[in-house]
Amino acid sequence: MSGAAQTFDEMYDADGAVRPAYADYAAWFEAQEPGWLRRKNQETEGVFRRTGITFNVYGEDAAEERLIPFDMIPRIVSAAEWRRLSRGIEQRVRALNAFIHDLYHRQEIIRAGRVPERLFRDNAAWLPNMVGFTPPGGVYTHVVGIDLVRTGPNDFFVLEDNARTPSGVSYMLENRETMMGMFPELFTRSQVETVSDYPMRLARSLAACAPPGTMGKPVVAVLTPGIYNSAYYEHAFLADQMGAELVEGSDLRVVDGRVAMRTTCGYEPIDVLYRRVDDEYLDALTFNPESVLGVPGLMDVYRAGRITIANAPGTGVADDKAVYSFMPDIVEFYTGEKPLLPNVETFRCADPDSLRYVLDNLAELVVKEVHGSGGYGMLVGPAASKREIAEFRRKLVARPENYIAQPTLALSTCPVFTRRGLAPRHVDLRPYVLVSPNGIEITPGGLTRVALKKGSLVVNSSQGGGTKDTWVLKD
Amino acid sequence: MLGRTANGLFWMFRYLERAENTARLLEAGLRMALTRDLITAEEEWRSVIHAAGESRAYRAKHGTYTGIQVWNHILRDKDNSGSVLAMMRQVRTNARAVRNAISGELWRVVNESWMQLDDALLRPVTQGSVGDVIALVKRAGTLAHGAMANSMLRDAGYNFARAGTLVERADNTARILDMKYYLLLPSLSYVGTPLDSGQWDHVLRSVSGQRAYRWLNAGQTDPRGIVQFLVLDERFPRSLAYCHSLLQQNLESLSKNRKEGLESTGLIRRSAARLGDLTVGQIFEQGLHEFLVEFMGCNARIALAISDDYRFQR
Repeated sequence: MSGAAQTFDEMYDADGAVRPAYADYAAWFEAQEPGWLRRKNQETEGVFRRTGITFNVYGEDAAEERLIPFDMIPRIVSAAEWRRLSRGIEQRVRALNAFIHDLYHRQEIIRAGRVPERLFRDNAAWLPNMVGFTPPGGVYTHVVGIDLVRTGPNDFFVLEDNARTPSGVSYMLENRETMMGMFPELFTRSQVETVSDYPMRLARSLAACAPPGTMGKPVVAVLTPGIYNSAYYEHAFLADQMGAELVEGSDLRVVDGRVAMRTTCGYEPIDVLYRRVDDEYLDALTFNPESVLGVPGLMDVYRAGRITIANAPGTGVADDKAVYSFMPDIVEFYTGEKPLLPNVETFRCADPDSLRYVLDNLAELVVKEVHGSGGYGMLVGPAASKREIAEFRRKLVARPENYIAQPTLALSTCPVFTRRGLAPRHVDLRPYVLVSPNGIEITPGGLTRVALKKGSLVVNSSQGGGTKDTWVLKD
Repeated sequence: MLGRTANGLFWMFRYLERAENTARLLEAGLRMALTRDLITAEEEWRSVIHAAGESRAYRAKHGTYTGIQVWNHILRDKDNSGSVLAMMRQVRTNARAVRNAISGELWRVVNESWMQLDDALLRPVTQGSVGDVIALVKRAGTLAHGAMANSMLRDAGYNFARAGTLVERADNTARILDMKYYLLLPSLSYVGTPLDSGQWDHVLRSVSGQRAYRWLNAGQTDPRGIVQFLVLDERFPRSLAYCHSLLQQNLESLSKNRKEGLESTGLIRRSAARLGDLTVGQIFEQGLHEFLVEFMGCNARIALAISDDYRFQR
């Protein structure tokens, strides 16, 4: 982390004065008795534990469920900031969908020479089965999570586009529930945009993507790998809140050309499948033959236009980290506009000049695996030991095309509650976006992830990060 | 409703009922042991192990029947897949699997009960704490049933949950009654002695029926009265007649809009009708043991038929 002095603090300006968006909250906070705040803070873990808001940790005892630490100081975004962010997000999401459609059809962006062919050819998420096929409603990525970081008052960057199965939305909702339960008076003082209608919007958005032949109210189901999946809590939560069935592969089969679920009264067809299972496990007949998580024959039904899969198979082709580096070009190509939200500067190690630069500056850079996720397989240069850097150098030289590198940004901080009072910790933000033929909806707020270790830049829950409630203020 | 969800609800409540019954059995054993000399206490503990269906597994590990060994085996032994701890884990696992079919309130009480019990059973249970653990298990059942009664939609899910409870409860009551008849009495000459009536008291306590029975029978404890009470009295919520009469209501409600007749509905109709017509005299004529074995078989067939009729598996 270079130059801690430059770090943008979301709550306080350089002189220690409270920023306008936090004014109401800070006044309230100051007026509270410290002992009472500490007790409230201790209560939160119990609340989450009792409610069972957990995630499972792979590689540990199968029954092991962990809590994601929750910090009770909200992250607050002003109405004006949010308007600007939403415009940028909407532009980006529109471009993402257009890009995926183009890749699986005419590939005009490649013919125009704006992105190289290897971008899809070498891409593990590329699905030849999707070539020439258009999903119902023309939507590829129905639920998108755009990861944003901030470095200054007006400097937001997109860190990552999560176009396949972004998770964490249940934490956004439960964090708000918890805050409203613990500090009801805060919500009468500050006018905070609501997030709780997300499941209803999701249900409506998914239903609007039902295949053309759907009769009556579309039947929506959430497909989960089961109770041992790390995000099972979220799958059950969303199904519950949407009033949809929560299905597993073993509940489904193809009956009379439709995907149907085994109910107590026989097989009932499904119109929209919100799947939280990765592409390769979706259909043992088409993809991984070993998989029992999906439905044999699903892809045939899909290609016959008799079910909607959200997000569409093959969507992952757009959220590869190699694709990320081309996003500014992609946005411009499909929208005809300059991107409203910039990328973080990214070096593609496949490019020899970039590789040389990256190798010379490893100690300053964050290096990520192109296909990696969840904070695994990455190097945070400034925090790494000499040995780790040397090890990564070998990996880079061996397979440069497998990596990208980015400068370590001075990620903004937001105060967290500690035993000794407030302390700044780095944060990012993942807003959730819904796409249907009726338009793009962005829930005001999102999931703020916070690195709980002092100075740490890694906010992933799998790496010990926590979350906060995110407020978007009304005007 | 998904067949898998129906299965999850049915088994969630079967395990809950079984755990609760096991706790009651233990509670009765504990009380008997406290009022007897060591030797007879040993016999009481042996009968508790037998009634819990744990004889073989227990003998493989222990040579004696002391209370502390018995209740630790039943409550928390790692090698005992039928321990109360294992059953309560099953309750919670099933509840997690069917979370979108149960109310938030029900989920939360099940989750909280599990956390408390898991914590209470971390270490071996001592004489000083066994009563608290038993109370926790019974409370888990009470809370879950209360949350269900107050917050769950009266739809198919509710009926499957109730069906699981009633099938399991009927089986447990029948098993305890059968155990008494064959195991507790050393020989027929004991019939009518204080030992005999003490054991009937044990049976009543195992199903938490001692107060209700005394209320109805003015303290007269005799085999006929107790069999009448535990098998045929529809007012007592653990009697066989009560369980099957309510189970019939649940299954009728589930099969209401079905065109074809379902096996489970047919079976429960016959069983409930039979229990409705039966007299204690007829039961003793057939032989209590023979009657109970037949009943348990019929009860098990009903459970199997429910699973087939409603596509619990494939």
